[in-house]
Amino acid sequence: MAEELLRLGLHDLHVSLGGKMVPFAGYEMAVQYPAGVMKEHLHTRAAAGLFDVSHMGQVVLRPKKGMEALCLGFEALMPVDVLGLVEGRQRYGLFTNEAGGILDDLMFANRGDHLFVVVNAACKHADVAHMRAHLGDVAEVEFIQDRALLALQGPQAEAALAWIEPRVAAMKFMDVGVFGDLWVSRSGYTGEDGFEISLPMAQAEAFARRLLEMPDVLPIGLGARDSLRLEAGLCLYGHDIDTTTSPVEAGLTWAIQKARKAGGARAGGFPGAERILRELAEGPSRRRVGLRPEGRAPMREGTALFSGDAPVGVITSGGFGPSVNAPIAMGYVPANLSKTGTTLEGEVRGKRLPVTVADMPFNPTTYKR
Amino acid sequence: MKFTKEHEWLRVEGDVVVVGITEHASEALGDVVFVELPEVETQVGAGDEICVIESVKAASDILAPVDGEIVAVNEKLVDNPGLVNEDPLGAAWFFKMKLDDLSVLDTFMDEDEYKDFIA
Repeated sequence: MAEELLRLGLHDLHVSLGGKMVPFAGYEMAVQYPAGVMKEHLHTRAAAGLFDVSHMGQVVLRPKKGMEALCLGFEALMPVDVLGLVEGRQRYGLFTNEAGGILDDLMFANRGDHLFVVVNAACKHADVAHMRAHLGDVAEVEFIQDRALLALQGPQAEAALAWIEPRVAAMKFMDVGVFGDLWVSRSGYTGEDGFEISLPMAQAEAFARRLLEMPDVLPIGLGARDSLRLEAGLCLYGHDIDTTTSPVEAGLTWAIQKARKAGGARAGGFPGAERILRELAEGPSRRRVGLRPEGRAPMREGTALFSGDAPVGVITSGGFGPSVNAPIAMGYVPANLSKTGTTLEGEVRGKRLPVTVADMPFNPTTYKR
Repeated sequence: MKFTKEHEWLRVEGDVVVVGITEHASEALGDVVFVELPEVETQVGAGDEICVIESVKAASDILAPVDGEIVAVNEKLVDNPGLVNEDPLGAAWFFKMKLDDLSVLDTFMDEDEYKDFIA
């Protein structure tokens, strides 16, 4: 039975802006606007792009037995230091399973008397159930469904948002702040400086239209969101990371703080700790790497990778990078073939074409540290 | 000009047929970033996948609309794939074919029929 597509609060705005609506994670969403993916991508890097990411899951965790108990409870689900996150700051996190795979990746923020969590759309119902099942003693899990989530990204994002709320200009990368009804974080998923703004759905259209009135701000669809995050070397859940890939294989060890590693103050104690700590110590058998196809032919998700005649891996995200003006991809290869500069072959329409392991991000990030 | 259900246009120039994709197709594809052309002097059959077009979003094929021989390809598209979006009905022709019998073109849609087809 076909699942009926849901519409998000800003649906009419997207249609009025000429958005081409497609199914995504159970919702009707704009894949592009009349400018097209290429121009939307380049505009975000040159000025500012506005993304509606209201499909993502917003969750508030309110402590039942104090913040420390809540943070420790949340830490039991992730190989991440939650307790050490100070008020007003946000961190990247990962729910892991007993096998050391990734159930979802997320952002969480310490907002003084509670945690605010943003999870992927396709996983949000499972994530909420997961949190309710494991945090019931220490937290009230509030699944927020009456707020929109917008992302404003690019070098002019600060000027544009500060025109409405001047206090955001003082924020640094991964700071969070509450300004009236606006819940703002200085973050995003494009590799650019920018903000994510949660606000009541009833105010979202007027707010988005105010931003879009500024000449620097264009609406950006899912197509450019994907090419922007790929150029930034960021993982897309369900593609580059999933329940079979460990955070270490995925190159996300930067998200595992010292406190949770062997010898740390709260080492282990998260699902899959055995595999994840072992891989941290000994190195994983395969690694996620950046890949640059030679020539102009993009290598898409699913492209098989070869070393000599041997199949060695697969591309998990791939396409054309408008800012690097070349095809780019990421995928998993054996650790001994993961060094930058290693030449492999990718099979495109029956032909084996050269592809080189490359550093990520493909396009330099411009976070405001 | 004639049109196929696969959104190609065909224009007769002397004894060859020039083939490209329609504006409708180029808009649906989005920004084209890669074009692979057939080899000149190859015999192709109607329905053969002979060109690849990749946009930022996805890859698609162009089918040979009729039986015949490829007599020329537009190398400009290899260096400048964006031409397919800029001028799909003109500068962005893909290939020229020599047909044994031009009357086969009568089976394709004319402009009005194509407009109805995509409406």
